[in-house]
Amino acid sequence: MTLSPLTRRRLAVFRAHRRGFWSLWIFLALFGASLFAEFIANDRPLLISFDGHWYMPVLQDISEDRFGPDFLPTEADYSAPDVQAAIRAHGWMIWPAIPYHYDTIVLNLNVPAPAPPSWQNLLGTDDQARDVLSRVIYGFRLSVLFGFTLTIIASAIGIAAGAIQGYRGGLTDLLFQRFIEIWSGMPQLYLLIILGSVIAPGFWILLGFLLLFSWMSLTGVVRAEFLRGRNLEYVRAAKALGVSDIAVMWRHILPNAMVATLTFLPFTLSGSVTILASLDFLGFGLPPGSPSLGELVSQGKNNLQAPWLGITAFVVLGGVLTLLIFIGEAVRDAFDPRRMP
Amino acid sequence: MTLVTVENLNVAFGPRHVVRDVGFTIAPGEVLALVGESGSGKSLTALSLLQLLPPGAACTGQAVLDGQQVIGAPPRALRRLRGGVAGMVFQEPTNSLNPLARIGAQVAEAITLHRRLPAAGLRARVVELLDEVGFPDARDRLDAFPHQLSGGQRQRVMIAIALANDPKLLIADEPTTALDVTIQAQILKLLAARKAARGLAMLLISHDLSIVRRYADRVCVMKDGAIVEAGRVAAVFATPAHPYTRMLLDAEPRGRPAPLPSDAPEVMRGEDVRVHFAINHGILRRTVGVVRAVDGVNVTVRAGETVGLVGESGSGKSTIGFALLRLREAQGRIAFLGQDLAGLPPRVLRRLRAGMQIVFQDPFGSLSPRLSVGEIVAEGLSVHARDLSAAQREHRVAEALDTVGLPGDCAVRYPHEFSGGQRQRIAIARAMVLKPRFVVLDEPTSALDMSVQAQIVALLRELQQRHALGYLFISHDLKVVRAMAHRVMVLRGGKVVEEGPAEALFAHPREDYTRALMAAAFALEADETGVVAT
Repeated sequence: MTLSPLTRRRLAVFRAHRRGFWSLWIFLALFGASLFAEFIANDRPLLISFDGHWYMPVLQDISEDRFGPDFLPTEADYSAPDVQAAIRAHGWMIWPAIPYHYDTIVLNLNVPAPAPPSWQNLLGTDDQARDVLSRVIYGFRLSVLFGFTLTIIASAIGIAAGAIQGYRGGLTDLLFQRFIEIWSGMPQLYLLIILGSVIAPGFWILLGFLLLFSWMSLTGVVRAEFLRGRNLEYVRAAKALGVSDIAVMWRHILPNAMVATLTFLPFTLSGSVTILASLDFLGFGLPPGSPSLGELVSQGKNNLQAPWLGITAFVVLGGVLTLLIFIGEAVRDAFDPRRMP
Repeated sequence: MTLVTVENLNVAFGPRHVVRDVGFTIAPGEVLALVGESGSGKSLTALSLLQLLPPGAACTGQAVLDGQQVIGAPPRALRRLRGGVAGMVFQEPTNSLNPLARIGAQVAEAITLHRRLPAAGLRARVVELLDEVGFPDARDRLDAFPHQLSGGQRQRVMIAIALANDPKLLIADEPTTALDVTIQAQILKLLAARKAARGLAMLLISHDLSIVRRYADRVCVMKDGAIVEAGRVAAVFATPAHPYTRMLLDAEPRGRPAPLPSDAPEVMRGEDVRVHFAINHGILRRTVGVVRAVDGVNVTVRAGETVGLVGESGSGKSTIGFALLRLREAQGRIAFLGQDLAGLPPRVLRRLRAGMQIVFQDPFGSLSPRLSVGEIVAEGLSVHARDLSAAQREHRVAEALDTVGLPGDCAVRYPHEFSGGQRQRIAIARAMVLKPRFVVLDEPTSALDMSVQAQIVALLRELQQRHALGYLFISHDLKVVRAMAHRVMVLRGGKVVEEGPAEALFAHPREDYTRALMAAAFALEADETGVVAT
């Protein structure tokens, strides 16, 4: 693959930014691993050998009566001791590193839930006796995916809206500005509460709802860049060459606006992660039982006698946000034309 | 006793030495000029006298101002010197004045920083200072904001601030570079008068040798951070010892345009071109008046001909250029190669744009910092010659860069790696790659160093001869216009005051306004008759 010299220089600047560079790798490794959360933390074995047959319960549903005539023809519960004993009698099975799904209730606890960290549950369990480590892995994945989706769509809408406002100016700009002022005055949280009482918000509904308001955060910056940009001499020069409006916006002004956007991007991204966490904390977020970092924070608050809940939530949320900001800083520097590698 | 003694002054930014072993003295009442091109370290030398260097600069050596060693001096001593012993006038009065403070308050602040005065006395002193620098109606305009003043008036306020505490030394860093020629002459005259009346010493920093020749007693020529030649002005200018000084003295744009064949076809014609802006007022944006930026101007440019458009800032000369290229709405008939541009659909107009190009004043602003030089030059091709293959396009770009005297390998580099003159060549290459017939040159040399100006003028002349280009050359610099133009139009307030063949017009200007412009440009004489702005 051939890279343009500009791309190569940007990569070099990015690499020279040690902190951001390492943050990216750590983040990618964590995120990549969490995408395969089902293989890391699950209440189903990865592989079963039973009567000479091979089964992969992680990928397929197996009826429980397959393992013995005494069982019912329902989905197998591999954590049940008699099922385990039946499988062991005719074969063997390999479990994931953490033998709990995010919603698995750990039954064989010696202490009342929330149970403190032990070899069985490395980060302890929450007050509903679910393994915290497993919930953190799934919660991290969900938060990051939600944050990315929200940021990307919101940025795209925000940049387009800001670009049109700034480039057209005049009446378009005026009307759009007034609309944004009114729209941003809407009480987001109350609307969410009302929405929550009408329907149970899932991932996509929540995303769409937050999108209605979060696109505005970038519009101002992009609009300002385009207002400035349309009077730059090289933009005039491009118009004098006969370049069309859309090409001028895309090639000449947008790259300028992108630096401002990228400066905002880590904050938007971490903001999206935070907003999901805070909605979950308040109980207006994802449906009950979903793995969520916000819900873990709220459990930490409700169970001060179990500090591992609060500490875990703090370290995970703080870590994610810090990594994202470090990466964002490095990206921003890489796009700065004055910075040499 | 000398007022300023500088010895072995060095300024470095990390490993980069920008001022090396500079030494000079200034006696009371003397004018010393520092001359050099941009980047020669003359401004930093002046700034180090008051220790106003930008952060990151390491300054070593001896600099004694009024008996006080300034390098390493405590902040309190420096504050006494700044403004108290030495006043400073900067190049750009728009940036040096606080846009949010009234001018009276800004002058008063300069006084109160150094001594206490009762309110009435302070006000009287401010008025006195503004009167001294020739600020009109000072008593009634203390509440004006900087944006309500003209460039010349702003620079007068800056000088009043510099003089507020009766300094012994005035440091003037390119005090007139940002001003119109006519105003330049007035400000220089004012500085000379104040200097004579107060017995001020002056450190004058300039790239303009004609200013130095007229106003300085002694001169130091700087190159790459070091003084290469120093001495009395008359001696240095009469017998320059250093080759660099000789080069600077020879750098003025010279020569005359090549004669024009009498049957040259017309490429651009504007008849009765008018650009009016409505002045809107109030909530309902009622139109209360009209600014006539360009008011009924007729222009014709023939192939191979340069029409010079001169005038002060605000005279509408750039607006005419934009109007002819249809980059700005205008009334009147504008025809390119005989085709009327009015009412053409955007698509057709866009196709015609290949033949008419523009080169802007500021080579730093007119090139996108995010595109490589190759991409910048190729942009026009991507609009007008879509069917070119990548290799053909690259070839055309290399050809265009070669025409303007740049090596072909700079296509992959970025604009910020080039000097001002090289950037202007890139901007010219961008226009030339489309093989235009008509080019608007909007002050193409005024942001450049003198020696580079001469090179760009030579380049433009050569390109014109080779391709029979029609130029509309917009400039306030009459010296450059004289070297370029076949015909000259003098513009004032959007109207043509005088026009004619360049030779005749320069030899025998008919109008007072033209005469005043020329006196200011060629002899640095301020006009007293009131035909030019203040």
